Amino acid sequence: MKLLIIAGPPSGGKTAVIRQIIKNLPEDALPAFLKIDVVHATEDVELAEEFGIPVKKVYSGDVCPDHMGILVLDDALNWAKSLSRNTLIIESAGLCLRCTPYTTGSLGIAVISAISGTNSPLKMAPLLALADVAVVTKTDLISQAEKEVFRESIRKVVPSIDIVETNAVQGTGLRYLMRRIDNHPDMGSEPVVLRGSPPLGVCTICIGKKEIGWKNHFGVIRPLDMPEPIYRGD
Amino acid sequence: MTQKSTIPEFTLTIQSGKNRFGEKEGFDCIVIRPGDTLSIVGPTGSGKSALINDIETLAQGDTVTGRYILINGEVPPESFVREPAFKPIALITQNTRCLADLSVEEFLIMHIRARRPGREYLLAETINLANTFTGEEISLKSRMSGLSGGQTRAFMIADALIIGDTPILLLDEIENAGIFKNRVMQSIQGGNKAVVLVTHDPYLALTADRRIVMRYGGVSSIIEPTGQEQDLVEDLALIDERLNKIREKIRLGTAFSSGSSEALMIAVGQGVTYK
Ligand SMILES: Nc1nc2c(ncn2[C@@H]2O[C@H](COP(=O)(O)OP(=O)(O)OP(=O)(O)O)[C@@H](O)[C@H]2O)c(=O)[nH]1
Ligand SMILES: Nc1ncnc2c1ncn2[C@@H]1O[C@H](COP(=O)(O)OP(=O)(O)O)[C@@H](O)[C@H]1O
Ligand SMILES: [Mg+2]
Ligand SMILES: [Mg+2]
Ligand SMILES: [Zn+2]
Ligand SMILES: [Zn+2]
Repeated sequence: MKLLIIAGPPSGGKTAVIRQIIKNLPEDALPAFLKIDVVHATEDVELAEEFGIPVKKVYSGDVCPDHMGILVLDDALNWAKSLSRNTLIIESAGLCLRCTPYTTGSLGIAVISAISGTNSPLKMAPLLALADVAVVTKTDLISQAEKEVFRESIRKVVPSIDIVETNAVQGTGLRYLMRRIDNHPDMGSEPVVLRGSPPLGVCTICIGKKEIGWKNHFGVIRPLDMPEPIYRGD
Repeated sequence: MTQKSTIPEFTLTIQSGKNRFGEKEGFDCIVIRPGDTLSIVGPTGSGKSALINDIETLAQGDTVTGRYILINGEVPPESFVREPAFKPIALITQNTRCLADLSVEEFLIMHIRARRPGREYLLAETINLANTFTGEEISLKSRMSGLSGGQTRAFMIADALIIGDTPILLLDEIENAGIFKNRVMQSIQGGNKAVVLVTHDPYLALTADRRIVMRYGGVSSIIEPTGQEQDLVEDLALIDERLNKIREKIRLGTAFSSGSSEALMIAVGQGVTYK
């Protein structure tokens, strides 16, 4: 089975890209789709209706959606396998820009809109740096020079990443993404693990303590004037 | 100023696709050679921008129109499509807004890096050329997102001519942003560039070597002037000149009292208090 993990900020065009992927996959690719979101998503119903493929949706609620994705991934792979599907496509919510959902064995696709600001690639550096491909959507809404400058801005963050520019509504230019997907190997038998190290996230806010200020908390904390977080407690 | 470029020459071939109704277009292929000027005309929504966007993205049957674009008769190498440094095509889109969160200088430096690094000396030349196209001066410190529609267009044309410096140039309705279109045309012509321009301007449309007529999302015909339109072109040149004079006076605040011949007699600025 092939695993495609698609991540990116809200409304960047992830689902538009996924629609094009499903449309252009070879017949024997037999995709299944999993959407992970925080509180609201309709992609599962839409894609099931449009393409007649098996779909699932998970709401992460209070938990980081990328963490939730990792927690359910094993079950999701088994679910797709049990239905004899050959491709599992996962759309992440992409709200948490410190975590990344990409795993070993998967093809990691970062989707980012060309109209999201020249510096946005810097702000979502881990999301891009750990991906295999950066798909830049909405290039139909900007000038050629802007498109080239935006590309340069991604290159600054990740010099060697494969960049695919597209009007995702029409699918223009996605032949390079499809080729990449085509060439990507099926998952092997090795255990699947996260590519990046998950960020430190163990403080007393995580467990519901509401006071502001580091003096009221334990675990990984940080005063304003300290360059790095420190550990407080035993 | 851009004639000194040493870029290799390219022949571009457009292979026909389908119009909005799925019907084959009214041609098999259009071949565009260095030095050619083509105009694209047609009602709004007839697919003019889609056609030049097909050329810019070097479409391979993967756009709504299903057209294929070849270079030197062959499927272009991937680097032509994906790497700005190798792309032989510059496109001035219809957009008159730039959303980039940068100063003009930062934008140009990044674009130089994308196209061909090490040419930072072109900054001043680019701005100076842009400023000959627009009445309102642009400076290197201006914010890209703060430029007016005309300034953005003037800037993008200068950027395409000097930073892009490509053998193929595509222009989408340059006449609409209130820039000096004759100066733009002068800067474009002369080199050995192939120029394709979408236009509603009768003079620009008729002076091209070939005229592509769009309808329902497809090319409906291609007109190659045989010289019979020459009288009309000369008339249009005169009309254009008169219109330009009147337009400039209006822009500078002149008030008129009678017919157009009188409007042309008043010297620019007469009876006006500006500045
Ligand atoms: N013009 C244009 N619109 C696009 C493009 N890609 C996506 N859109 C539009 O942008 C909006 C958001 O796209 P989606 O695909 O829903 O974005 P998403 O990343 O899946 O959004 P969430 O899942 O809600 O985070 C939709 O209205 C799309 O039709 C593009 O390349 N060009
Ligand atoms: N051959 C075609 N088939 C389907 N849709 C088309 C075709 N050509 C153009 N379109 C669509 O029609 C709309 C108008 O086209 P556009 O090129 O913007 O027109 P113009 O520039 O002439 O005003 C666009 O949404 C475009 O994608
Ligand atoms: Mg979505
Ligand atoms: Mg148009
Ligand atoms: Zn997270
Ligand atoms: Zn915490």
